[in-house]
Amino acid sequence: MQTELLQEARRQAEICNACRYCEGYCSVFPALHAERAFADGDLTQLANLCHNCRGCYYACQYTAPHEFDLNLPAALAEVRRDSWESFAWPQPLARRFHSHGGAIALALVIGFAALFMAIRAIGSEGGEGFYAVLSHNAMVAIFAPTFLLPLVSVAVSLKRFWQEVGGQAMALADIKTAFKRAGKMQDLAAGHGEGCNFEDEDRFSQGRRHVHQAVMYGFLLCFASTSVATVMHYGLGLHAPYGFWSLPKLFGVSGGILLTIGCVGMVMLKLKSDRSLGDSAAWGGDIGFILLLGFVGFSGLVLYVLGGSVFMPALLAIHLGAVLTLFVLTPFTKMAHGFYRLAALIRDAQRKRLS
Amino acid sequence: MTQYDIAIIGGGNAALCAAMTAAEAGARVVILETAPKPYRGGNSRHTRNFRCMHSGPLGPLVDDYSEEEYLADLIKVTDGKTDEHLARLAIRTSQECLPWMEERGVRFQPSLSGTLSLARTNAFFMGGGKGLVNAYYRTVEKLGVDVLYEAAVIHLELDGDKIARVDYTHQGATHRIEPRAVIVASGGFQADTEWLTRAWGDPAKNFLIRGTPYNRGVVLADLLDQDVSSVGDPTQCHAVAIDGRAPKFDGGIVTRLDCVPFSIVVNKDAERFYDEGEDVWPKRYAIWGRLVAAQPDQVGFVIIDAKSLNLFMPSVFPPLKADTLEELAGMMDLPADKLRQTVETFNAACGDATGFHPTELDGVATSGITPPKTNWARPIVEPPFYGYSLRTGVTFTYLGLKVDDTAQCSTADGPIQNLWAAGETMAGSILGQGYLAGFGMTIGTVFGRIAGREAAAYAN
Ligand SMILES: Cc1cc2nc3c(=O)[nH]c(=O)nc-3n(C[C@H](O)[C@H](O)[C@H](O)COP(=O)(O)OP(=O)(O)OC[C@H]3O[C@@H](n4cnc5c(N)ncnc54)[C@H](O)[C@@H]3O)c2cc1C
Ligand code: SF4
Ligand code: SF4
Repeated sequence: MQTELLQEARRQAEICNACRYCEGYCSVFPALHAERAFADGDLTQLANLCHNCRGCYYACQYTAPHEFDLNLPAALAEVRRDSWESFAWPQPLARRFHSHGGAIALALVIGFAALFMAIRAIGSEGGEGFYAVLSHNAMVAIFAPTFLLPLVSVAVSLKRFWQEVGGQAMALADIKTAFKRAGKMQDLAAGHGEGCNFEDEDRFSQGRRHVHQAVMYGFLLCFASTSVATVMHYGLGLHAPYGFWSLPKLFGVSGGILLTIGCVGMVMLKLKSDRSLGDSAAWGGDIGFILLLGFVGFSGLVLYVLGGSVFMPALLAIHLGAVLTLFVLTPFTKMAHGFYRLAALIRDAQRKRLS
Repeated sequence: MTQYDIAIIGGGNAALCAAMTAAEAGARVVILETAPKPYRGGNSRHTRNFRCMHSGPLGPLVDDYSEEEYLADLIKVTDGKTDEHLARLAIRTSQECLPWMEERGVRFQPSLSGTLSLARTNAFFMGGGKGLVNAYYRTVEKLGVDVLYEAAVIHLELDGDKIARVDYTHQGATHRIEPRAVIVASGGFQADTEWLTRAWGDPAKNFLIRGTPYNRGVVLADLLDQDVSSVGDPTQCHAVAIDGRAPKFDGGIVTRLDCVPFSIVVNKDAERFYDEGEDVWPKRYAIWGRLVAAQPDQVGFVIIDAKSLNLFMPSVFPPLKADTLEELAGMMDLPADKLRQTVETFNAACGDATGFHPTELDGVATSGITPPKTNWARPIVEPPFYGYSLRTGVTFTYLGLKVDDTAQCSTADGPIQNLWAAGETMAGSILGQGYLAGFGMTIGTVFGRIAGREAAAYAN
């Protein structure tokens, strides 16, 4: 990991440790105050506990122009991204996408092209609905590995993270605590439950928490839709296309709507926020990633609406191309943060239990 | 230009409490704050808690804290130099202030780690004083109060028993306004080193100012020149011992050093000068400000050894670290032989340390040396050795405007019809000396509200 970023975070953490005024905002501070000196792994853990709500920036009496120049949200954001890039596997891909929205766009174009080519080359083999464009077997052949391989990659990264932060054998209770906190996005509400200081300086608002929940639950619903469809296909022998009142469609449509709205909302909030309080170098990559995620949701909805029209084959290629890109880039984009955050929450629960 | 009912001078806690109260009562209010926006809020932005009376649990506060106990605590630290009538008013009103503060956006948090002893008496602001100040600025803006930053008040024209006008500079020009009423909430004068030097003598040049550089007492001096009644010893200030490497201004809470009880403290001649273990640190924090001020060059040096490093809260600057006392002396510019001799004499005077207990008066004392160390006396022998420098850090000055229980100012001829004061600038009316943690915000909140209420009633 980059020593200057860690050193800057360490400098600031030491000031916070002498101050402690922000203790009630989030789980970063109690974890920080439990240490006296900060090893690289401690800082990595703190960085992954922080969700950039900025409460501690606006409340800090030491922000610039004060010579202590506190900006903990930015310092931790930089360490956080650096940690994701350092733990990513395989490395050659690690340092492209977080900071380059253009790279994401390029990957998306490649994703589209791959799908068009697959459709051209393989075709329907006589299926119905979407399978009339690309056979079910071909879809599985493409998506099974592009879904599973990134997960393997994420697992490798998480193992590295866990070692770095000094994680120990997990207890079920820690995992439960972590899931509960992530599910409610408790920290995004801040210690007083009134949200982040994100889009309008020091005003507390639930805006970011709500759009983030829309994104997360939207994504999970879309994911559930695909999973249910897989079970129906293989387990129950029920093959697509499914009607509107089927589970895959209900999950998919509601998830697509939530995901689209959430991503649009997130971009709008980000545009209003002060870039210098986040990882400003990752701005392009972040926006690119959110747009990609939103596009997955949106293209899915369009495909649903225009599924019976002549545009369907092209729309299918576009939607699947976007999904493909999203999956493949998971370990190398903001998508990975969900995994790290969960791991950091588990580690935090563990620290508290053991202390 | 808008005709204001009330001009409030200052932009800290007292000013904001006055502004909210007056605006809620329907007055047209302007806040004139000399600091630029990032530094708005004076010393209030450095605070962390508010001392509050309560019968039964209240907000973050546990158990009870009665009026009598609160008053007794105050009288103890001020050595009886307390105006009991005003003190009781502040104490009694503090209880209703806590929910009032919450309604105006202040959020509290449980007592911070390392301050559990205050969980019953002091309510901690989430995010500290700047969080409080931010919330109040949001609230005054919603109430339609105009806020001018970088608006330095230079003169209040006293005409008979009324303030006739307020002069201030803003964006390079001088302006005058004629509000119906004026509230002074512009703090003490500690940031004016020259004034401090006149009061204290030359040593004051070496003092550090813990809070804002903007509290220079301009308005206080202007009013005293016009014979407005004052209170408090002009030569006194509240000072504590802080890390000698702290910035001249605005170092705030993080420059605090809690290691003295586990150390020996020497002056620049490497001589000890006071009992480091006289009492638990929070009770000795202020005394050491004066002790250090009395040493040559107004500087002290704290020396501990490896076994004590983790016994106190970490501070902002890491300690100097050396394997030998001589090396440490070199780093601190102390005479090495003398330091060794002082440490050896101290070590030889230490007795049985098995009863050592870091958080209680343990009676582990030296014998046969002057000054003695009466608690936590353990020989300094285990390398590495650590050193911090100590300087005097001024929190606030005591000289202020004399007010009555309606926060109104006066001259020898009687009350000034349209002038009120709140916060640090009138705190001397209540405390003659000493200080009780969290009482500054209590005074500012209680008297800010009173001043706002009275000024609004007058203006209507
Ligand atoms: C480091 C530190 C920590 C502290 N911690 C606590 C604590 O935890 N609890 C507690 O109760 N007390 C604490 N205190 C004391 C507390 O800060 C004060 O008692 C309190 O803030 C006083 O409030 P105030 O509004 O009177 O003054 P301030 O908050 O200092 O406000 C004065 C305002 O006047 C403005 N001003 C000055 N001159 C002019 C002028 N000529 N024209 C226009 N504006 C002017 C200043 O810019 C400032 O905004 C602490 C003090 C320090 C230094
Ligand atoms: S961010 Fe600032 S106010 Fe908050 S704990 Fe750190 S130093 Fe203190
Ligand atoms: S930005 Fe928010 S989550 Fe991150 S450390 Fe500050 S208060 Fe905690």
